[in-house]
Amino acid sequence: MAIPLVNAPARVRRGEVFEVKTLVAHPMETGFRPGMNGTLIPRDIVQRLRCRFAGADVIDVALSPAVAANPYVAFHVRAERSGTLELTWTGDNGFSASHSVAIAVE
Amino acid sequence: MKRPARIWAILVVAGFAAAAGAQTATDGRRSGFADMSPALQAIQRDDMSNPAMLWVAEGEAQWNARAGNAGKSCADCHGAGESMRGVAVRYPAFDAKARTVVDLDGRIDRCRNEHQRASSPAPESRPRLAIAAYVAFQSRGMAIAPPTGGSLDAAAIAGEALYRQRLGQLNLSCAQCHDERAGGSLAGVAIPQAHPTGYPLYRSEWQGLGSLQRRIRNCMTGVRAEPYPFGAPELVELEVFLMRRAAGMAWETPAVRP
Repeated sequence: MAIPLVNAPARVRRGEVFEVKTLVAHPMETGFRPGMNGTLIPRDIVQRLRCRFAGADVIDVALSPAVAANPYVAFHVRAERSGTLELTWTGDNGFSASHSVAIAVE
Repeated sequence: MKRPARIWAILVVAGFAAAAGAQTATDGRRSGFADMSPALQAIQRDDMSNPAMLWVAEGEAQWNARAGNAGKSCADCHGAGESMRGVAVRYPAFDAKARTVVDLDGRIDRCRNEHQRASSPAPESRPRLAIAAYVAFQSRGMAIAPPTGGSLDAAAIAGEALYRQRLGQLNLSCAQCHDERAGGSLAGVAIPQAHPTGYPLYRSEWQGLGSLQRRIRNCMTGVRAEPYPFGAPELVELEVFLMRRAAGMAWETPAVRP
């Protein structure tokens, strides 16, 4: 069970630009590495990180095999009204993790 | 241009305040933290960028989860995780019941077997590292305070002998690099003084968390010696010696290293 770490402020001022930092535990196996028996280890990566805020898309990231293990993604968001920040990671072998943070706009 | 300078100054102050191990003690001992690039230091200082915190979070979940035939969680006996503050800085310790010296991971495993009546996960497996990281994390910022005593003193002497023992096809001892050539470089990589201040730690090379035993075995493979198996008494003796050598230095778990 992947436990993502998400850092976002609980309250912000209207129109303020704030940073959201995310980390998710994942090996990000590239699919290019040979294993102990010489055959390639199958690819196992997080393919997509999608973030929605109050029903609207904020960021939609396509991750590639070049991304290191335990992907760290940080981005900036501007909020005009209160809402919930919903993050979803999906990837190979049915990997999925999600996390949501309620953000109050003052 | 004033703003970036001020932010930088705040970051520097915050770094020292966090006692993240940037200490250069007057006795010349340096944590590996001091020799890392500023970018890696920033990752270690910020819990939100430090990937090792993923294991700490997992360890916290484990701490509160019932396991084994006894159906007990760590929290059922020990209470909150904070009760473990100060434990990691005084391990390895003598286990009176087992009549042997055990390191923190070994102690947790005994607890798992005896009190939870659960089986041991494989060495270096995720659950094993996660709980060790969570327990060790509680002591962050404290000074390393190794205990003394008959068996521990004997283990420290044996550990020091191992530390100075030349081994492997390269015929090198730990001391030849980490005492005599610390601060220099080995094929472009900085040679640290080998103070175990932040284990289990996240190593970029490993792309994951690893224990001090893994690190020592890694060095042994490097000098082309056959590494001791995980949990071997020799590795624990080396741990005892290294912790005494680092006595008084700040505990950094979960540290980040290149």
